[in-house]
Amino acid sequence: MAQVSSVADEQPPNPLSTTKSILLRISRFNPEFDETNKFMEFTVSYEKWTTVLEAILDVKKHHDHSVAVRYSCRQATCGSCGMLINGKPRLACFTKISELDSNVVTVEPMNNFPVIRDLAVKFERLFDTHHKIKPYLINEDSEVDSDEKEFLQTPKEVENFIQFANCIKCGLCNSACPTMTTDSSFVGPQALAQAYRYVADSRDKGKDSRLDIIDESHGIWRCHFAGSCSQVCPKGVDPAMGIQFLRGYLLGFRS
Amino acid sequence: MTRDENKEGIKGMANPGRYGIERIAYLLMRLTGLGLLGYFIAHVYETSNILRGRMGWDDFLAMTQTTEGHLFLVLVIGMCVFHTGNGIRIMLGHGGVGVGKPARPDYPYNPASQNYRHKIGIYSSIVLAAVAMMYGMAVMFGE
Repeated sequence: MAQVSSVADEQPPNPLSTTKSILLRISRFNPEFDETNKFMEFTVSYEKWTTVLEAILDVKKHHDHSVAVRYSCRQATCGSCGMLINGKPRLACFTKISELDSNVVTVEPMNNFPVIRDLAVKFERLFDTHHKIKPYLINEDSEVDSDEKEFLQTPKEVENFIQFANCIKCGLCNSACPTMTTDSSFVGPQALAQAYRYVADSRDKGKDSRLDIIDESHGIWRCHFAGSCSQVCPKGVDPAMGIQFLRGYLLGFRS
Repeated sequence: MTRDENKEGIKGMANPGRYGIERIAYLLMRLTGLGLLGYFIAHVYETSNILRGRMGWDDFLAMTQTTEGHLFLVLVIGMCVFHTGNGIRIMLGHGGVGVGKPARPDYPYNPASQNYRHKIGIYSSIVLAAVAMMYGMAVMFGE
């Protein structure tokens, strides 16, 4: 073992290693005890590939294990680690510290979501609105009974909706939406984009029922095309585009 | 901070710097809309003064001939032009015009709906509003 250590000591430093440090400010809030949130500050070293999530986990491991954060896949697939990073909604696992170009990184819970504790927020409302727009294919025929055995689609028909099928329900779009900052009943860009995803699917026959659901006072008409939802989407879903197309159906521009 | 829903409230709407020119246009659209609504109400009140006869009408109209009145009207011109120009852009967008086409997204996922056509529309509305305000000032303060 000593020999191995000796060899390791003789190796030159990793030329890729450019360890620096930042001040990580983490919002702390426990609704059971706290009136308002407070920030705790930690100095964290990072490499150019270090993500914000890794920095938070480093704090949990070495400084304060009580920091509450939700995460799972660490590869922008599960949509669990959405939070405000330097004031903007982002996935912590998909945001490198080096690309923030700041010596101070502030992490807070996402806006427009009730806070469970620290950085973890409740997703019940997002899932409720998502479920409300019937996020599944509506078709009387089944693929089993059909003569063609399966519902075939052309590549063009797939392109009409596949972008919107990338949604991972991370909630960043709802957090960035300016309408959601004031309107608690607004259905939100995530659900509207998913409504378009199924309306645009050639296999689906539920367009009219979905349009009825979103055509209400706190529905699609509350969107004013600010586009912030599309700017923060980590999967390129572009909810603003889907919402405008959806509105096109209601206004008679599309059929 | 309201923790029930953790909403930013009006502060979130009025903090457009994080999301680019589209969010600034959104804020300006709301502000100019409210401003024009206020002007519309004031305008109805102003024109109702005709019921007070010629003297009453002339007295009230004299208010718009002051420096403050001119500045107010210049602001109204700017609000009107921006709201119209940006409103046309938004209406076209709401109909699905100029928001791009759905496609398989590629990293870094630049949203097609936030394209150069809409950015040009926003900047054009701002420039047109500025030109109209300068023209208005030239007319009202030029003599």
